[in-house]
Formats: sequence, structure tokens, C-alpha cells
Amino acid sequence: MFRHATRSLMVCLVPVLGLAVNARADALSEAAGRYSIEPSSRIAFHVGQVAGGGINGDFAQFRGTFSIDGDNVGRSKVSLTLMPASVRTREKRVENFLRSDAVFDVEKFPEITFQSTSVTRTGEASALIDGMLTARGKTRKAQFAASVSDRTRGRIVFHVQGKVLRSPYGMDVGTPIYSNVVEFDMVLQGRRS
Amino acid sequence: MLRNGPESFGLVAILFHWVVALLFVGQMVLGVTSQWVQSMALQFVLIQWHKSFGFLLLGLSALRLVWAGTQMRPRALKTLGRAERVASRTVQSLLYLLMLALPMAGWALVSTSTLEVPSFAFNLVVIPDLPLVRSEGNENFWREVHSWLAYGTAVLAAGHMAAALRHHFWLGDEVLKRMLRPRRTRRGYGR
Repeated sequence: MFRHATRSLMVCLVPVLGLAVNARADALSEAAGRYSIEPSSRIAFHVGQVAGGGINGDFAQFRGTFSIDGDNVGRSKVSLTLMPASVRTREKRVENFLRSDAVFDVEKFPEITFQSTSVTRTGEASALIDGMLTARGKTRKAQFAASVSDRTRGRIVFHVQGKVLRSPYGMDVGTPIYSNVVEFDMVLQGRRS
Repeated sequence: MLRNGPESFGLVAILFHWVVALLFVGQMVLGVTSQWVQSMALQFVLIQWHKSFGFLLLGLSALRLVWAGTQMRPRALKTLGRAERVASRTVQSLLYLLMLALPMAGWALVSTSTLEVPSFAFNLVVIPDLPLVRSEGNENFWREVHSWLAYGTAVLAAGHMAAALRHHFWLGDEVLKRMLRPRRTRRGYGR
């Protein structure tokens, strides 16, 4: 009788456990596919300053794709290119300063690119994305934390955050008045392509 | 030796005079150069140095005024006529005033600027902004004031220097010499 009860319990539990495993894997694994980053996404940044506050801005022009590998999320890839000439802040003079050869030097380097090299799953709907960030002709490692914030049929939204040092890219003008760290805060909206 | 005597300036007054003069000349060079350089990175750096030395100038000018208030004023030399005494005294008083007003106007300029760049003097001390309304209009106003005060001070200082050189090389009197070193008096060093 005990053996019969155990078998019955197993019969009941296996589908339930299976559902739970599937649910855990849902957010990323079930979103498998290739996506293009939509213009409605937002790539914002903040650079702190000594007296508190700092420079807040975003980039209006960018393009990119990401692909989510359903079988192995670690094999997923992200590629993002943004145009620093499209930088926006609250002050035109700050924008011109950022575009100048003091910072982005958009005449010589019109694009900033990020190409992922590995993706490490950190939770049910989150991952760490390591990759190479190229700005002002210099390529350095960078890491961003991404989490799924919304998902509908054929569409997925990631909240992406990361900190990048300015000095390795020769863009450390203004330190120590302005922090050497750029804090990125992005909402990337992907549409399945 | 440190304090002014009836006929001579003391060491403290002399040091204040030349340090403030040197700072003013340096500030004019920094201020004008920062408006002409092509590189925005260099311009940013020059302006931050200009702000740092401006706060130093303001502090020293305030201390100098306090020190001057505790000191006797050496008698004017007999080689100066009545009109020249009045003129020199007026110019010197104006220069004292301008050495406070000029950096104060600069402080007002950074306090009203919509760029909101913090004042981090010599990358050591954050100088808080003055409680003024930050706007493009106010920033432009204080930029004009700062600029006119700077050029006005430069003209007055140039006249002041020309007069001192005239006394030294043309009239051969002690006007410039007594601002170069403290003079020993019969009772010892000028007090």
C-alpha cells in the first residue's frame, strides 16, 4: 500500500515539478529568438559630481540586436551601437562639450559599440552580459546586468544597468569634479525579427 | 618690520600687494586665454584654474583689507603734488575694492550659470554657490559684470603701475622702492 501511495504521489508531483521548472526557465528560455532593438528604447546615463547631482543624459540614436538561445542562455548574444552625436542633456553647451574632442570626439569616432562575449544567467529572468565596449577607438571589457522587465508575444523588454570608467577611453576630462564612472541605465525594447 | 611705519610699508602689506598683483595678472591671462583656446578640454581645465585662483584672490583680498584696517597709512612722499595724492589714493582705494568685487562677480557668475559646474577649488575644497537664481539671463548679466570689472581693473592697475614706474625712473623717488622692501627706521625696522 505504501508503495502504491508513493507511486501515486510521484505521478502527481512529476507534472507539477515539470511546470515549475518550465516556469523558472520561461522568462529567458521561452523568449528564445532574435530581436532588434526598437527606437522607443532608452539609453540613459548619469555622471556624478563632487557637490552632489551631476550630468544626466541619454542617446537618441542607436541600433542593435540580441538573440536569446533557448537551450543555453549562456550562448545568447547582444550587439549595440549608439551614436554619441545624438547625446541629449538639459543644457546645449554640455551636449556640445560631450560631442567635442574633449569627450566623444564624434567627428572622428561617430559610433560607440558594445559586442557581448558571454552571457551568464543570474536568476529566473536576469543575466550578466560581458562584452567589449569600443569608444573613441579604444576597446575595453565591460559588464552589464540585464533583467526582463516585460514580455509579451514577440516582444521583450530588458532593464540594463552598468558602470563604465571613462579614463580607459581617454574621456576623463573634468575629473575629479565629475566622477570617472558613467552609470548607464537602459530600457531596451526588443521586437522579434 | 611686519607692520607699516609712518614712512614705510611693512613686510605683510608688501607681500599682500605683490601676491595679489601677481594673482590678478595671472587671472587676466587665464581668463582671456580660456576664451580663445580651441580645445574644449583645455578650456574646461583653464576655467577651473581660473575659478580656483579667483577664490584664493578673494580670500587674500579680504584678509588684506582687514590687515590694512589695523595699520597706519604711510605718509605720502613730498614728490607727490596735491592732485597726484588724491588720484593715487583714489586709485588705490578702488583697486582694494575691485579686488573684492571682481572675484565676487566671478562667484556670482558660476552660481547663476546653467552649466552648474561645481566650484572645486584646487580639487580640494567645494565652494558652495551663492544663493542666486540660476538662469541664462542672470548668467549673461554676471558674465558682463565680471568682464567689465576685469578690464576696468586692468586699466586702473596699468595706470597704477605706470605711475609707480614714472616715480622710480623719471622722478627717482622712493614711491616704488618702499613697496619693494620694508625700510629700516632710526628706531629699528618700520613697525
